[in-house]
Amino acid sequence: MALKSLRVAALAAVALTALAATPFSAWAAGTLRVGMTASDIPLTTGQTDQGGEGMRFMGYTVYDSLIEWDLTSADKPSVLIPGLATEWSVDPDDQTKWTFKLREGVKFHDGSDFTAQNVVWNLDKLLDADSEQYDPRQSAQGKSRIPAVASYTAIDDLTLEITTKTPDATLPYQLAWILMSSKANWEAHGKSWEEVAKEPSGTGPWKLESFVPRERAELVPNETYWDETRIPKLDKMVLMPLPEPNARTAALLSGQVDWIEAPAPDTIPALTGNGFNIVSNAYPHNWTWHLSRLEGSPWNDIRVRKAANLAIDREGLGALLGGLMVPAKGFLPPSSQWFGKPTFDVKFDPEAAKALLAEAGYGPDKPLKVKALISPSGSGQMLPLPMNEYVQQNLADVGIEVEFMVVEWNQMINLWRAGAADPAVEGSESINFTYFIQDPFTGLIRHLSCDLIAPNGTNWGHYCDPEMQELFKQIRTTFDAAEQDEVLRKTHEKFVNEALFLMVTHDVAPRAMSPKVEGFVQAQNWYQNFSSISMAE
Amino acid sequence: MFTYLVRRLIYVLPVAIGVSMFCFLLVHIAPGDPLTAIMPVDATQEEQAAMRSAYGLDKPLPVQYAIWISKAVQGDLGKSIATGRPVSGEVMRAVANSLLLAAAASVIAFPIGIFLGFLAGYFRDTIFDRAITAVAITGVSVPNYWLGIVLVIVFSVQLGWLPSMGAGPGGSGEWAWDYAHMRHLILPAVTLAVVPIGIVARTIRALVGDIFSMDFVQALYAKGMRHPDVLRHVIRNAAPTALSVIGLQLGYLLGGSILIETVFNWPGSGFLLSNAIFQRDLPLLQGTILVLALFFVTANLIVDVAQAAIDPRIKRT
Repeated sequence: MALKSLRVAALAAVALTALAATPFSAWAAGTLRVGMTASDIPLTTGQTDQGGEGMRFMGYTVYDSLIEWDLTSADKPSVLIPGLATEWSVDPDDQTKWTFKLREGVKFHDGSDFTAQNVVWNLDKLLDADSEQYDPRQSAQGKSRIPAVASYTAIDDLTLEITTKTPDATLPYQLAWILMSSKANWEAHGKSWEEVAKEPSGTGPWKLESFVPRERAELVPNETYWDETRIPKLDKMVLMPLPEPNARTAALLSGQVDWIEAPAPDTIPALTGNGFNIVSNAYPHNWTWHLSRLEGSPWNDIRVRKAANLAIDREGLGALLGGLMVPAKGFLPPSSQWFGKPTFDVKFDPEAAKALLAEAGYGPDKPLKVKALISPSGSGQMLPLPMNEYVQQNLADVGIEVEFMVVEWNQMINLWRAGAADPAVEGSESINFTYFIQDPFTGLIRHLSCDLIAPNGTNWGHYCDPEMQELFKQIRTTFDAAEQDEVLRKTHEKFVNEALFLMVTHDVAPRAMSPKVEGFVQAQNWYQNFSSISMAE
Repeated sequence: MFTYLVRRLIYVLPVAIGVSMFCFLLVHIAPGDPLTAIMPVDATQEEQAAMRSAYGLDKPLPVQYAIWISKAVQGDLGKSIATGRPVSGEVMRAVANSLLLAAAASVIAFPIGIFLGFLAGYFRDTIFDRAITAVAITGVSVPNYWLGIVLVIVFSVQLGWLPSMGAGPGGSGEWAWDYAHMRHLILPAVTLAVVPIGIVARTIRALVGDIFSMDFVQALYAKGMRHPDVLRHVIRNAAPTALSVIGLQLGYLLGGSILIETVFNWPGSGFLLSNAIFQRDLPLLQGTILVLALFFVTANLIVDVAQAAIDPRIKRT
């Protein structure tokens, strides 16, 4: 008996010792296999391609930025939080000078230290074509995200100074795009980005373990990640490009993946019927018609713009989309911290729409005829053909006849860049283009700023208004975050009150997942935190 | 025979040049900017111009073609705009996967097609013939991507017997001759085989039926030749045409069906082509089309030479 007790005690001691010595990964829970909509593994070197999905799965997983988005809550809009920079401030005497205090003790996956010199090296990678680490591929993705940056210098290992071209309080939002790759890793790979792509190194919560182009990428936890709350619980995350929606759904239904991005709306009943969860949330993305404000455009009349906005039956459109949408009440989603209190109520009121059109000189005998540029598909465009046909019908019901000019998505991007005055748009007075509206610049300023009129920028409709210009200036020169939010609210109120766009709906980023996926919190953001996820047995 | 071979090889050259010019120009005719896929949608004009210059897309088309083809003949098809990886590597890997799929589909399609066709031709106008013809017409008529989706729903989703996508379970991207990998091959190969089964069966049926009604067959019987020996003559007479049809179908299988490879996420040339089209990845698109077109030309050449070897009359024409 004594011998047996001794044996049990010894076994228990061995087990406890083994447990204590077990690395974190042994506590981790399973493998998550993700079916992405991308047709290839996003660029792995740092600044990713493949749009928001690239940043979501290969950007903020393997890499960090100086300033990051808080992705921990599903209930409120995401805000900026410290990342590799713990604090930042602007010089009150010279508002073009910013100082960033960097996080101490952060290491890249290859073991090298993260320092201010590294940030300078990374910015040169994107902005200085003469530097030896300049990478045209990453530059193409990152340079336009930081238009404010004029120069930068490392004051010491943990202090960075950035100078902007003009005072620009949106700099923190811009820097949230920029991901930090390891200089030491680049040097260890013969200073070749092609080689780095195979074995990249960031400071992020995930490490890229292996990678087969167009097939799969395997990410494992960075067990020494600086933010202990974001050390991944999973053993592994596998990313698979599955661009075809039916193939994605079949892969999920047959158990080959656990999570798919953007299930097609018509597959959702089959998925929910088979016990899969559909997770969605409001996020900063809209589906609008950007209106031409060139001379002669019917959209120059505010009554016409308001009438069109009142003609759309958004609830009916929601039924078409299986409920996976948020009806637009403005340009930003109603839950946005910058929504404000606009006085124009964007709702379905066809009688009011008809009255406004009559006031503007249109009626059953004299319908308003407009031409709209649309595409049959495209990144983030939801279901553009049926949705546009629905809008066309709604507008026809109040007396606005819409003629479509349908072009392929890549051509659509070109026509969007070209602007409403370009002959290639063949006189179209609107363009159906969905917008990423996560930060002040990409969300609001770039669409309507006078200095960004196409083709110099992305103000497609050639809108230019001194009052709006003043608001944009205030956004850029208001350095107190709360005060800046107030200006942003005023700006958005003007967007809505003057019905500057045909505001139709917001996407809700639906994703379908196996009931085994636990702990995922879908932030109101384009990016997500995968560290909290585990897989049930 | 040797002269014929040399003549056929010489014919291949202008065809290959024509094909290369055609596929180079074809992708330039389509609207849109090939750099769209890799630039942020709001890239400035300067950034767009810099990228265009970096990829040589600002040069006149004939100059672009001359640069491209001079590198292509040395095996350098440029780098993919979307990924930066060498196109030749991407295409060869995809072609290898498509070859694998084509081989599997051939193993299914040709024996079944030939067998069914011969059976229908031999028993012409019987219930056999009608049943096989119905099967063959169905095979040709059913959209194969639809059939692929149906097979996925039944065998992957409902029964859970076979995987619905990819070329293997592992993360290495390498093919292996084991059950785990071969399971991935079954559904796409069966789907891909359906059309060739129908076409080959219908062609062989018509051929065999026609040959049996020819005078020389009656003459052979009249001379007292045994049935199996007559059959041998029929097969020999049918072979050149059958080979030609099979050759064309081989080209179809090698090119991979874009839709089938997309439905099954099979990383072959068809899938690569569809990705290249969606991304407007010009070098990848041109390289893939060129390699596939050359495969068609080569398959035709092989078939022509094989036909000539079987049927001496062909050499004289």
